Amino acid sequence: MSDTTQNGPMLAADGTPLKRSLNRALRRQKLRALMLIAPLLIFVLVTFIAPIADMLFRSVENQIVSDTLPTATEVLEDWDHTTGTPPGEEVYEALYYDLYLAAEARAHTRLGTRLNYEYTGVSSLFRSTGRGLEDLGEEYQDILEDADDSWGEGAFWYELMTGTGDTDASLVREHRARLQALENARLTGDVGFAPSVEIMELLPQTTFAYTDFAVFTALMDEDVVAEEDPWEGVYAGLAQDLQTADLSGYDGPGAEALVAAQQTLAEQAEPINYTAFFESEDEDWLNPDIWATIQTYSSNYTGGYFLNAVDMQLTPDGIEMRPDGQRLYMVLFQRTLFMSLTITLSCILLGYPVAWLLANLPASKANLLMILVLLPFWTSLLVRTSAWKVMLQQQGVINDVLVWLGLVDDAARLVMINNQFGTIVAMTHILLPFMILPLYSVMQGIPPSYLRAAKSLGATNWTAFWRVYFPQSVPGIGAGSILVFILAIGYYITPEIVGGRTGTFISNRIAYHISSSLNWGLAAALGAILLAVVLLLYWAYDRIVGIDNVKLG
Amino acid sequence: MAATSDSEAFVAFERVQKSYDGETLVVKDLNLTMPKGEFLTMLGPSGSGKTTCLMMLAGFETATYGEIKLDGTSINNIPPHKRGIGMVFQNYALFPHMTVAENLSFPLEVRKMGKSERETKIKRALDMVQMGDFAGRRPTQLSGGQQQRIALARALVFEPELVLMDEPLGALDKQLREHMQFEITRLAHELGITTVYVTHDQTEALTMSDRVAVFNDGRIQQLAAPDTLYEEPENSFVAQFIGENNTLEGVVKEISGNTCTVQLDNGELISARPVNVTEVGQRTQVSIRPERVETNKERLQEGAHLLKAEVLEFVYMGDIFRTRLRVAGNDDFVMKTRNAPDQERLKKGQMVEIGWLPDDCRALDA
Ligand SMILES: Nc1ncnc2c1ncn2[C@@H]1O[C@H](COP(=O)(O)OP(=O)(O)OP(=O)(O)O)[C@@H](O)[C@H]1O
Ligand SMILES: [Mg+2]
Repeated sequence: MSDTTQNGPMLAADGTPLKRSLNRALRRQKLRALMLIAPLLIFVLVTFIAPIADMLFRSVENQIVSDTLPTATEVLEDWDHTTGTPPGEEVYEALYYDLYLAAEARAHTRLGTRLNYEYTGVSSLFRSTGRGLEDLGEEYQDILEDADDSWGEGAFWYELMTGTGDTDASLVREHRARLQALENARLTGDVGFAPSVEIMELLPQTTFAYTDFAVFTALMDEDVVAEEDPWEGVYAGLAQDLQTADLSGYDGPGAEALVAAQQTLAEQAEPINYTAFFESEDEDWLNPDIWATIQTYSSNYTGGYFLNAVDMQLTPDGIEMRPDGQRLYMVLFQRTLFMSLTITLSCILLGYPVAWLLANLPASKANLLMILVLLPFWTSLLVRTSAWKVMLQQQGVINDVLVWLGLVDDAARLVMINNQFGTIVAMTHILLPFMILPLYSVMQGIPPSYLRAAKSLGATNWTAFWRVYFPQSVPGIGAGSILVFILAIGYYITPEIVGGRTGTFISNRIAYHISSSLNWGLAAALGAILLAVVLLLYWAYDRIVGIDNVKLG
Repeated sequence: MAATSDSEAFVAFERVQKSYDGETLVVKDLNLTMPKGEFLTMLGPSGSGKTTCLMMLAGFETATYGEIKLDGTSINNIPPHKRGIGMVFQNYALFPHMTVAENLSFPLEVRKMGKSERETKIKRALDMVQMGDFAGRRPTQLSGGQQQRIALARALVFEPELVLMDEPLGALDKQLREHMQFEITRLAHELGITTVYVTHDQTEALTMSDRVAVFNDGRIQQLAAPDTLYEEPENSFVAQFIGENNTLEGVVKEISGNTCTVQLDNGELISARPVNVTEVGQRTQVSIRPERVETNKERLQEGAHLLKAEVLEFVYMGDIFRTRLRVAGNDDFVMKTRNAPDQERLKKGQMVEIGWLPDDCRALDA
């Protein structure tokens, strides 16, 4: 059958090398096995791995600044924040047109919110300025339209910008990409506009602004560009261009109107000054700190959320601690760890004897006890937590009994809820079964003859327990502790209900950032740190105790 | 070794009773005394109360009634760890989280012994069971026989005067078992320890012990040295339980001193030695060991009984022949004959005459 010559590879019946045909056979088996677990795999991937990956990504993602202010951040790169002076006119100029499009797309407030995490007050700055952007262009629009009505016609503008010679679509492509980034959506469809090369050279700022207008009008408003009147910002661009443009060589569409407009503007209007405009909108625009913040956060990825999550911040001068009053998360992390440990410890203390009883009582009594242990599982979490509220509150059952017994004065009822104590009590109760069950299953595997042997060798009850029984139950304690601790560290509902101000966990803060403050980046960073802490502790546990020592059954 | 008087009793059970559920007695009126240095085996069928007795002696169960004495003082109220009794468990109960040396060190540590003293004792105990090289191993890294020896060493390392063993060889194969039987008896005698040994296995009981206590139904049926037990069983349970045994049923016709006449159920009359038949007319089981039955008349001594028998089966076993016969209506009558040159090899269906000495034939209770 198979060839077994001295040196050649072993051959299968059909002459192929045995190894290959074995691999082929195994591959088919593996594939079939994979198909069986495929539904679970896909489920886990979609509902577990993907959200975690997304969360990790969100915790460092920071494209919003460069997406919203692409030109301004680019120009700002050359500015040196240490000089203590605001950046030059070219930055304000770029800011104007970036912000104009963002305001049309209503994306500027989002950026304001984002930067507000880093510098308080930026949010309102962006919001108020967004409303006033049109004022600058309107001034020039009025002067131009008074002189020549055609400046108010969309068709005239379209003709002027399109020209008669060559056109260049690359600017349109660029601006379409900008809009897509702002809108966070893929925008397809024909813009129906491309600026003429000649005009682009003659009136660059106008072309820039008009392209923004054209792209937005065609793709977002879904109107025909030629039929719409341009934005006020386009007039501002024209005013700027005409200050310096040399129209002598131009004889395309609207050439006369342009020459007339240059004259009119030179006579009737102040030269355009973006810096002065922003200053008049809000003096804060001249504050170098704001610009430093924008500059610091203009990169696409940032560690800012993580720094924030550990009470630090990224300032233009580097990383530093937050001011005392704003430190919050380290305390919360410490508290979460401390309380989770306390809960785990109380679970061990309370659960160990119960598990011991379970493992050593005769079957009928053990079953009854088991039902009592499992009973909490069959009750809604909310009911159990609320029950603790009833028990522990100041007018609650326990206080009433203590007062009735005279142990506590009616005026000085104990505060046992809405603080750490309440959270620890309620969560210990809720998580206790997770400690008892693994402990029980481990203890059940310890034959009573070990204790007897120890005693026959002269050990007292305590020594026999401590040196013989306890070490063998450690795997159960390990398994229970890992379960309880990991469940506790991410617990949300119970601390939310009974935690009050001092008994809340980091998870409550995460929930707040997810659903109320909408700072998902920070929430993601906090979650990622929590995940890292759990993995770290797991690793440490593995190093110290050994994870194979954990027995769940 | 004969039963000893109370004054030299090292271990004594006095009218001990035990009930677990308050309804049935698992141990009924147990009386037993052991002198120092004796190797006593408790033998009996499953559920006869052997382990229970051992546990009461070790202190893990309390006697419902009666007294247990160790070296003259009652130990009923002494907790197990103060009794100083070494114990070998059926599953060895070596602590899995400790090495062999730590297992052996445990009883010494709880006795607050110094380190150097502990080490010499551990070494001596390990050498005693020829396991000196295994001090650093975990119990799970040892074979069954090795674990057994460590368990033995652990029970002996703190030099107890009394050692209890509950079926310590139950899990071993035949060869290892025989080897360990030898080791245990050797150690017990060398160290002069008093030993109570529990087993199911009658060969083990007969080969190892000074005396054997046969348990059944919560009572000691007979307590005697192995040879006495085998040759002079006091009742039909012991006769059946120990070794192979032929029984013929009948009624006592006449008793006179050391002999009685029994009429078998087929009407034949035989004489036997009365053991626990007391009156004429009583039903009885007559017991004869298979190796005491003969067909060869030349080998039969004077005064032997002769009965007709039909050969039902003849098995050649090498050193002996085992022949199944129909005798007096009993189809399971077995005869074992030595493979000697003059020994006839019987054929199936052949009619023969068999015989035995009246002294080997014991009339027991029915
Ligand atoms: N803890 C217990 N609770 C109730 N009944 C028990 C208990 N232990 C033993 N018994 C009963 O007591 C009787 C004697 O048990 P014991 O263990 O002494 O038998 P044994 O002679 O050691 O049997 P084996 O040879 O099978 O080990 C049995 O009928 C058993 O069912
Ligand atoms: Mg037993």
